[in-house]
Amino acid sequence: MNRLELRHVRKAFGGLDVLADISLNVGAGEFVSILGPSGAGKSTLFQILTGAEHGHGEMLFDGAPLDDHGRHFAFMPQRDALMPWRRIIDNTTLGLEVQGVRRKAARARVAPLFAEFGLAGFERHFPAQLSGGMRQRAALLRTVVQERDMLLLDEPFGALDALTRAALQRWLEQMWRHHRWTALLITHDVREALYLSDRIYVLSARPARIVREISVPLPRPRDPTAAASSRASALEAEILDILLNPQPSKGHDHD
Amino acid sequence: MSVGLLLVAWELYANHSGIKPTVLPAPSRVFEQAILNREALVDNAIPTIRATLLGFACSLSAAFALSILVDFFRPLRRALFPVFIVSQTLPLVAIAPLVVLWFGFGLAPKIMLVALVTFFPMLVALVQGYEATEVEIGQMLRTMGAGRWRVFVLARLPSALPYFFAGLRISITYAVVGAIFAEYAGAAKGLGIYMLNAKNNFRPDLVLAAVAVSAGLTLGLFGLTVLLQRIAMPWERAGREPPGTGPRE
Ligand SMILES: Nc1ncnc2c1ncn2[C@@H]1O[C@H](COP(=O)(O)OP(=O)(O)OP(=O)(O)O)[C@@H](O)[C@H]1O
Ligand SMILES: [Mg+2]
Repeated sequence: MNRLELRHVRKAFGGLDVLADISLNVGAGEFVSILGPSGAGKSTLFQILTGAEHGHGEMLFDGAPLDDHGRHFAFMPQRDALMPWRRIIDNTTLGLEVQGVRRKAARARVAPLFAEFGLAGFERHFPAQLSGGMRQRAALLRTVVQERDMLLLDEPFGALDALTRAALQRWLEQMWRHHRWTALLITHDVREALYLSDRIYVLSARPARIVREISVPLPRPRDPTAAASSRASALEAEILDILLNPQPSKGHDHD
Repeated sequence: MSVGLLLVAWELYANHSGIKPTVLPAPSRVFEQAILNREALVDNAIPTIRATLLGFACSLSAAFALSILVDFFRPLRRALFPVFIVSQTLPLVAIAPLVVLWFGFGLAPKIMLVALVTFFPMLVALVQGYEATEVEIGQMLRTMGAGRWRVFVLARLPSALPYFFAGLRISITYAVVGAIFAEYAGAAKGLGIYMLNAKNNFRPDLVLAAVAVSAGLTLGLFGLTVLLQRIAMPWERAGREPPGTGPRE
């Protein structure tokens, strides 16, 4: 069953065509990735979904037009967007607070999750006192506790060092198996997409269109060695080939 | 340290240059006279402090209220800012006597002048501070379902705090100068009028003693804003300690 469905979504900033033609869908409990080169317009797509920008085309959620954008999505921006002036616990309860949950009740709801997110003992710290990996986990915790229909994750691990990123990818895959969130992830890390996703949409460079949709039939749980399995490497080679040797699409000149 | 050196150099120059102490008093003489006249100095400092604080409180409230309006209604900014910029270029020397002439020797003209010199820096600091809010934070709050007012309170206001305190530190020094200027133009009591009288009585040592008091006053107020900032922004200091070793209450 499709939860999110986009049909021919387009967007231009002034004269700059950013999204040329985006059609995609995300099913219930499905983890889908959007993979594309930097500057393709991936974050722009999320801005349209969250209502920060206006786009053209059809956008449906559970079959109904997407109008009240906020209601469906829990959004994790590309930068962690933690508020420096709030302690970690108060950063993670932000979404609940905005929904009108009392501070005490919100804290009680979030507190038990700190251990699972590897943040136990850091509730009263300020964001500046946390490492990059911990900040990302805090931002993710703030996102999932909102209990919205769907997660929008914009390069959650993009700014991290390779080791921390690998650790967090494993952790997120585990978490996803427990919680089965419906999720749309933006990344430009091919391995990350393969490791985490059920399906991958590959985007062209700007103006972005979907150049390929790839199912990832790798069994779960995905231990990191499976990512090195022959099936995974075949998929990785295929995706890299698409990204590095773009086919000139009809009716459009690459610049 | 540098202040100490300067005072020593001044002392030496005053004692050995042959200029009469009634023209250039040595720091030691200024200090001596300040002690002798401490009652008069304190007596005159109090109205100055009162004018400074009241004027500053007025301009702060006005700047805060207007900054919110400007943040919510952008066109207002373009309409109002030229007026405020002009208000900043008015020479205090010319304005102060006029304001005193119009509003008398009482507290009102002092408050007005202090407010006039501090209002615009505070307004600019606040408006700029709101603008400094991380775009992602605003977008995220909107997705969470926050309206404009919630976004303002939860994100824009706290984001403006560092700018606010930077503005506060600058304005508080303007405020003291503004109050003294207003008194200089006419007052019953105050450091400004005290300086004027001392000058007219050929007592540069007393003028300088009053200057020292006003400098001390400014420094004290400045220190107060630094202290306030520490209390209001505990995360700033916490952030400078290495991760994991911060305060755990
Ligand atoms: N508000 C805006 N006004 C004008 N141009 C914009 C705006 N937002 C984005 N763009 C442009 O749209 C293009 C796509 O930006 P976007 O942030 O969506 O890229 P991205 O795919 O997320 O890149 P990255 O992987 O580096 O994050 C860029 O060329 C950018 O300059
Ligand atoms: Mg992006």
